[in-house]
Amino acid sequence: MAFTATSDVTNGIGKITLAGELDAAAAPTFRTEVEKVAAEQPRRLVLMMQDLEYMASAGLRVLIYARQRMAQNVDIFVVGAQEPIRETLEKTGFHHSVTQLETYDPAVIENT
Amino acid sequence: MERIDIHPTHTFQTYKLRMGRAFPFGATAVPGGVNFAVFSRFATACTLVLFRKGEREPMIEIPFRDEFRIGNVFTMIVFDLDFENTEYGFRMEGPFLPEQGQRFDPNCILLDPYAKAIAGRDIWGETPDWSDPYQHRARFVYDDFDWEDDRPLELPLEDLVIYEMHVRSFTRDPSSGVKHPGTYAAIRDKIPYLKSLGVNCVELLPIFEFDEFENSRPHPERDEMLYQYWGYSTVGFFAPKAGYAATSRFGMQVDEVKTLIKEFHKNGIEVFLDVVFNHTAEGNEYGPTISFRGIDNKTYYMLTPEGYYFNFSGCGNTLNCNNPVVRGMVLDCLRYWAAEYHIDGFRFDLAAVLGRDPFGAPMVNPPLLETLAFDPILAKCKLIAEAWDAGGLYQVGTFPAYGRWAEWNGKYRDDLRKFLKGEAGLAGAMAQRIQGSPDLYSGRGTGASINFITAHDGFTLADLVSYNEKHNYANGENNNDGANDNESWNCGWEGPTEDPAINALRRRQMKNAMAMLMVSQGVPMLLMGDEVGRTQQGNNNTYCQDNELNWFDWKLVDTNADFLRFVQQCTAFRKAHPVLRKADHLRNQDYAGTGYADISWHGTRAWNADWSSQSRVLAFMLDGAHVHGDIPRDDYIYVAMNMHWDMHGFELPQLPGGRQWYISANTSMPSPEDFWEPGNEPRLENQREFLVGPRSVVILVGR
Repeated sequence: MAFTATSDVTNGIGKITLAGELDAAAAPTFRTEVEKVAAEQPRRLVLMMQDLEYMASAGLRVLIYARQRMAQNVDIFVVGAQEPIRETLEKTGFHHSVTQLETYDPAVIENT
Repeated sequence: MERIDIHPTHTFQTYKLRMGRAFPFGATAVPGGVNFAVFSRFATACTLVLFRKGEREPMIEIPFRDEFRIGNVFTMIVFDLDFENTEYGFRMEGPFLPEQGQRFDPNCILLDPYAKAIAGRDIWGETPDWSDPYQHRARFVYDDFDWEDDRPLELPLEDLVIYEMHVRSFTRDPSSGVKHPGTYAAIRDKIPYLKSLGVNCVELLPIFEFDEFENSRPHPERDEMLYQYWGYSTVGFFAPKAGYAATSRFGMQVDEVKTLIKEFHKNGIEVFLDVVFNHTAEGNEYGPTISFRGIDNKTYYMLTPEGYYFNFSGCGNTLNCNNPVVRGMVLDCLRYWAAEYHIDGFRFDLAAVLGRDPFGAPMVNPPLLETLAFDPILAKCKLIAEAWDAGGLYQVGTFPAYGRWAEWNGKYRDDLRKFLKGEAGLAGAMAQRIQGSPDLYSGRGTGASINFITAHDGFTLADLVSYNEKHNYANGENNNDGANDNESWNCGWEGPTEDPAINALRRRQMKNAMAMLMVSQGVPMLLMGDEVGRTQQGNNNTYCQDNELNWFDWKLVDTNADFLRFVQQCTAFRKAHPVLRKADHLRNQDYAGTGYADISWHGTRAWNADWSSQSRVLAFMLDGAHVHGDIPRDDYIYVAMNMHWDMHGFELPQLPGGRQWYISANTSMPSPEDFWEPGNEPRLENQREFLVGPRSVVILVGR
């Protein structure tokens, strides 16, 4: 499935919704969205991954880029990542840098 | 400002090209494309072969244009390649004249010697498609990684406790309870265990890409395969073994290894790699052509005048390490692992080979060893030689060190084993080994001596006290493989027994071995699993066994908890006492004004060691005032080693200033009284003499 990434920033919550297969060819699209969101200086970054089916190392690199691009006090949430992607995050250690949630939980994301 | 050399100048079919840069060698990302550079002195032409990931037929073959060659380096930039989904190789044209050492074959697709990731054996043990003409397939890697503030730890060498570990074996057994058994990722889950054991350095058996199917064959007794399991047979020096990665299906083994190293460092544990530069996986003239043989046989291998392979490695060929080009590759490789992977040190397999000239003669001043010793990037890396080779060169104590190289101290292993099993006349040798072997390493400090009793080659500790002979039939070589001189003793019965006396003696001998190792000056090394009594059922050469002979059985952590506790106490004792970890050799003199030498020697009578050919006992005392620098003075430490089968009373040296002796360890005692917690050591009732049981070690502290 072709990769899509859409983003918006509302009340300081930056949200990027990812779908399809995030490979090397698709990574620049994702990166563009990260930069768009970062420009708005949100206090949270939420990555909606329910429909993301695959992530290659280029995709992981954009995640790391996002972590470094955001201010240190910006928490990053990964929402609804499917098992293979969650495993990739764990095996490469990136899960230490983010908070993983099953579903979008406003109580956790918006109020913490 | 934009570079002016990032635009294509040539095309080949639909591919855009320009002349590349001659270095670095290998495949490197450049703006808009990938730069390829490959050396061959004798090739007359070279073709770049590109594949879509995993496909058998190339998508394109692009010859290097004549004007793209500089010196002996073929170089080219190819634009617009799919970085993640492309694999590459080379074809080389040139003479096929084996008697002159030339073995070019343009039918072969050759692996880049500098490949940073290699596909083809991604999933461990998955039978390869043997009809595929390109078995080990070079890939591109991103050389970025989020290291945060990590860097190599640079712990003092003499403070290390090394743990020799096989990546797959450590967690492959189901008892490990990890999510991805047998992988780099799984080791991360076991870091708390390693910390509790008290090790601060892991030395990984080879993790450079190798082929577990090299010389694979059916197990002689069971329905399984024998593999090239340990991995002492390199396919590519720059690529981590993909089959050890949980993420290799996604081609992310590089990230997984780096994540493991970062996590180790966060926990204060250094990472050493066991590196194999003495030979490659291509074997002799009957072996496969994977890379070096087809790229430049005559440069990469030591050849006889008739063009046959010298075999100083015992593995078919010998890498021509003191050819300047090969030397450059070795240096590039180590620099890459040190800089890109933050590796803390390297242990060189059969390192004596690295000191031989291209015709096999040992050199006085081997340029490779000197280069590595003085290299700016490797400057803080520990360099450890296995100072012998399979061609008969034995250099323990004489390895060209340049003030930098440490050695696996084979004499420590041999002398300690002989002393342990009760051989007479070892007191003098043991005095040297206890002191960090100044007889071998005078002027080089204690860090030159890596002390070990067991390593991957040979018996495990539990087997050392359970078998007189090797039992290697499972290797399918009629018990002809593996060493015959093990200096082991089975304590009265060959193999497992129900006899409680024999089992108690074995357990005590294991404690004796650990205790003596941990009170020796120098750098102790433990073999994975010895701390819980891991057995290989008498097999002393399990290089091919992908099964419980190698796998760490985590149930032993519970069943042998008392022995594990003893080992933990040993490492904790070593850590608590800096006088056991002096950087310089002991002088056998008093230079702290206490009236006591830094080390003094004793026997059943204080101040009178028995150095005779009949002796089986030795005791020594360390005066903790002789620690260097600004460290507060340490305790007195007294160690009595009675390897005789009878109990002996040891007269204790008297302590100055009203200090008293306290009992720390006594291997005759059952757990937990075999090793007292620091601070809780009971004071000795009798301060004049201690009865040391048969074949026992006693450690006292004086304070």
